Amino acid sequence: MSDTTAPDLPNPLPRPPGELEELERVWRRPRGIRRLTEVNNSQIGLYYIGTAVMFFLFAGVLALLMRAQLALPENALVDHDLYNQLFTMHGTVMMFLFAVPAVEAMGVLLLPSMVAARDLPFPRLSAYAFWAYFIGGTIFLVSLFLDVAPRAGWFMYPPLSSAEYTPDVSSDFWLLGIGFIEISAIAGAIEIIVGVLRTRAPGMSLDKMPVFAWVMLVFAGMIVFAFPAMIAGTALLELERAFDWPFFIAERGGDPLLWQHLFWFFGHPEVYIIFLPAAGFLSMIVPTLARRPLIGYRAIVLAVIGTGFLSFGLWVHHMFTTGLPAISMSFFSAASMAVAIPSGIQIFAWIATIAAGRMQLTTPALFVLGFLFIFTIGGLSGVMVAMVPFDWQAHDTYFIVAHLHYVLIGGMVFPLFAAIYYWVPMISRRRLSERIGKVVAVLLFLGVNLAFFPMHVSGLMGMPRRVYTYPDGLGWEVTNLLSTIGAFVIAAGVALFLFDLARNLRLSTTRNAGNVWDAGTLEWLPTGTYQTRSIPIVTSRDPLWDQPNLAADVEAGRYYLPGTATGRRETIVTSSVDARPQYVLTLPGPGWTPFFSAAFTAAAFMLLTVKAVIPAILCGAIAIGGIIAWMWRADIGPRAPVDIGGGLRLPVNITGRNAHATAGTVVLILCAGTLFGCLLFAYFFLWTVNADWPPAGAGAPSPSWAAIAAVLLLAASLAWRAGRGVLTSHDQPRPRLMFRLLVLGAAAAATAAVVADGVSLWQAGLRPADSAYGAILYAITAYQAFLTGALIIMAGIVFARSLAGRIGGPWRLSFEVTALFGHYVVVQGLVALAVTRLFPGVAS
Amino acid sequence: MSPPISSRCARAAAVVGAAAALAACDGPQAALDPAGPDAEAISTIAWVMFGGAAIVFIVVLVAVAWALRARRAREGRGLIIAGGVVFPLVVLTALLVFGLTVSSRINAEPDDALTIRVTGKQWWWQVDYLDAGEPVLTTANDIVVPVGAPVRFVLTTDDVIHSFWVPSLGGKLDMIPGRINETVLQADVAGAYRGQCAEFCGDQHALMAFTVAATDDFAAWLAAQQRPAAEPVTDLEARGAALFLENGCGACHTIRGTDADGTIGPDLTHVGGRPTIAAGTLPNNQGTLAGWIADAQAIKPGARMPSFDRLAGPELRALAAYLASLE
Repeated sequence: MSDTTAPDLPNPLPRPPGELEELERVWRRPRGIRRLTEVNNSQIGLYYIGTAVMFFLFAGVLALLMRAQLALPENALVDHDLYNQLFTMHGTVMMFLFAVPAVEAMGVLLLPSMVAARDLPFPRLSAYAFWAYFIGGTIFLVSLFLDVAPRAGWFMYPPLSSAEYTPDVSSDFWLLGIGFIEISAIAGAIEIIVGVLRTRAPGMSLDKMPVFAWVMLVFAGMIVFAFPAMIAGTALLELERAFDWPFFIAERGGDPLLWQHLFWFFGHPEVYIIFLPAAGFLSMIVPTLARRPLIGYRAIVLAVIGTGFLSFGLWVHHMFTTGLPAISMSFFSAASMAVAIPSGIQIFAWIATIAAGRMQLTTPALFVLGFLFIFTIGGLSGVMVAMVPFDWQAHDTYFIVAHLHYVLIGGMVFPLFAAIYYWVPMISRRRLSERIGKVVAVLLFLGVNLAFFPMHVSGLMGMPRRVYTYPDGLGWEVTNLLSTIGAFVIAAGVALFLFDLARNLRLSTTRNAGNVWDAGTLEWLPTGTYQTRSIPIVTSRDPLWDQPNLAADVEAGRYYLPGTATGRRETIVTSSVDARPQYVLTLPGPGWTPFFSAAFTAAAFMLLTVKAVIPAILCGAIAIGGIIAWMWRADIGPRAPVDIGGGLRLPVNITGRNAHATAGTVVLILCAGTLFGCLLFAYFFLWTVNADWPPAGAGAPSPSWAAIAAVLLLAASLAWRAGRGVLTSHDQPRPRLMFRLLVLGAAAAATAAVVADGVSLWQAGLRPADSAYGAILYAITAYQAFLTGALIIMAGIVFARSLAGRIGGPWRLSFEVTALFGHYVVVQGLVALAVTRLFPGVAS
Repeated sequence: MSPPISSRCARAAAVVGAAAALAACDGPQAALDPAGPDAEAISTIAWVMFGGAAIVFIVVLVAVAWALRARRAREGRGLIIAGGVVFPLVVLTALLVFGLTVSSRINAEPDDALTIRVTGKQWWWQVDYLDAGEPVLTTANDIVVPVGAPVRFVLTTDDVIHSFWVPSLGGKLDMIPGRINETVLQADVAGAYRGQCAEFCGDQHALMAFTVAATDDFAAWLAAQQRPAAEPVTDLEARGAALFLENGCGACHTIRGTDADGTIGPDLTHVGGRPTIAAGTLPNNQGTLAGWIADAQAIKPGARMPSFDRLAGPELRALAAYLASLE
């Protein structure tokens, strides 16, 4: 009996009656239409991955149409206009609506159970991110049926995508739609970072964390630093299209290459953002199938982190043909080759693990082998195109189409299929069919190689990408026909996979097929809607292998927190390095605000696309109202400490540095700072391409206005500090008038500073449409104004909470995060003033 | 008994690979069918890399096959360091050194070279032969260069980003608004090489091709091209010349020696001597000329050239005859 084998478990048996029922009650899932109110990550993760697969199918059908058109030379099945929409949508949907959301979805689906949290710390944020993605993405797809789909390529290079050459709304659909979906990806990334760092089971120190949690941490970190570049780029291009601010128009001091830098600064890390989580799947699947712990755990973790860093130094290899200086090309060439090393480490670690054990050739194993074959070819052709002169030939040809599909299908789709076959028993009453699965694997493997290997040849024979037709007689006929046949073989494989899903996937949280692979990690513990009955103490990397009674003891409720200690949804927050329990965090239950806020945010963006400004503003206001309602209930304040077992009493909902919301705010500030950094990059980049900076005739903003703005900003910072002092030095529950005045004063000073800044630009006679100089100055000020606007809303909430008595003494988390953000706004404002006002003078 | 799936796959892949390698060797637009020093150097790099990649790929496959058969192998650490670090480090360093050595031969800057300015336009190429920076000849789409001499191409654009690419001669280089890019290409063998726009540039990106013909008699060609257009000889040609002006063709096209002096479309002074029309879209003969004039929007939808479908058959024949006579 388990009683005798592990006498020192935190909670004794038998458990009090009603404990389990109470746990089930607080975690009960809403039914019917109220499913839309669900905020639980495991459930949202299912919606999320389902939606991503739907977009994958859609983009796949677009690819089939393209391959049908290119099967024969001078084919007339699809005309140029539709074809250009097809390839733009195929790339965009696959990258932004399938690949990134799919791996993010696997993250929110698997991470809570993998780290044995009841849930990740911001469930409503995940729900908001999902619904924004679902609604925004669906509207984006519909554009294709209305013949207004984007048609300037998934990379949207200006000037082709700009107002002069694409006057219709198709580019706006892309810029606003994708920019918006990026925001939802960032929201998911914040959840994942704080979740991985702060909600791991007690004892799961960083070096015992599953590799998948590591890769998701790196993945989310990369999103934080890469996606803001994309948001900055899309914002600038949309400003140019809507208001004629000439960031990319060469005649007025702009430069089309600025877009390429911003796009690829995002776009290259994007590839690894997609690949690393997929590699994480393999690091979980391979050891289970080989029945041996992963060999080279540390090497893999280091390789993943190394890839994350290196991937930010490669973006220029997408620009080798733009005529850059040779020296910078050599640097990026070497860096691009170097990134092969961390990938090599991971591949050989998996091979070593397979060799150390005995891998059964199950369906996931076949997908792993397919991955090794296909991804290795993609990696090798990647080294080839990193060689600058070879890239001058291969760039923008079908050789690249072949390379990127080998990398992305090998590196992401095969691991995802392996992951689906591997983890379905965790969420379904039945596992998927091994027999059908093996046929799917073989069909996909043959189809991918048949479709994409000949494309290498087409490219070397001179066939460029993105052509809707090609002439007879250039030797491209055979390879194109083979590619088309291969594409339909892939389609057959995917169709068979859907059949398997339809036959065998029966979603169930409580009665799932269970640990059919006899795996060693925590996601295979028995679960209910509340995840595990009790939260285990982790002592190794493969707890289910090393602690034979773990599953039974966890299910019996012998570990921590076997019921609900606060009568609400809750999880244990642990320290980020060694996972010592720190406090119990109460979590929100189902509610309508995330769904409605997301729906109206999506509506606001999509209405802007068609220039319906007033309805867009209304929808935006409703969305903000929803978020305010959500924030109002977010900080319920500290509660009496609770006992989670083993004599461990933990505080509930703390404030200050260790609070989950502080961590989330720090990540958000990193995003905001990266976006600001991208604007500064744009400023300096435009400076280097313009001989005169400021351009001759441009007015100089008065230094006295800048000085006033700087003083106001410093005053705002002091007011935040003073407000905190008032709040903490007095122990009475309701802070005094002084606190409210300081909060309002700080927000007002920050507002006045940005207004002074804007006025100084206007008074100097600068206009954003006159030159790229004016445009970037106004853009930096506009961004400051945007953040200040967010700050005003946050300060308003703090003020209102103070009036309502929902703030004071230790109950002050909402104030702490507002003040933190307020300080950041001050720092950013000061840096902006220094760069735009002081720098040009000093430099000249 | 049928062989196991894995070995059948390997055999199929080998067959496809070998066929591909052979097929890729020639073609009018093939990167591995070099006719100049740049393309030659890149082709050398390519073949070395293909060979190296094949070896690396086989090593990985052998390692996987060994791993599948091995039981409780203890080589883990060594394998990761050898396969994941040492092996790629050695191979990549060697490749980088080799690549840089061979690359230094590419784009060598000659002291004195013929300079041709090519301007990308949606969706054709304006070609200006320069002397001391000034154009001495303006033509379109079909470029003629001397054999065996370096030619400096000055690349710009009038609208969106295009990319200038002649695979048999060398790598591509983008044409970017507000920037001037330069590349030097050389054709060592007389002949015609096909090029094509390599950066997506809108509706008819697919039909934006051109040719580069390397000739031994470049000086004579240039002198002939600099002469004004030939006078019409036959009645049909004379009628075509008149129709050309009557229908306003001169608003967009120049024919030197006539009143036609438009600069929106290609210069047609010697259009009859060019191998293609509509930027490499059609071979150049009277039939295609007439068809293009009558129905340009069906052949290349979205191009600036309107369809002159109001013209009757005889008028089209006269126009085509006149244009074809402009050699």
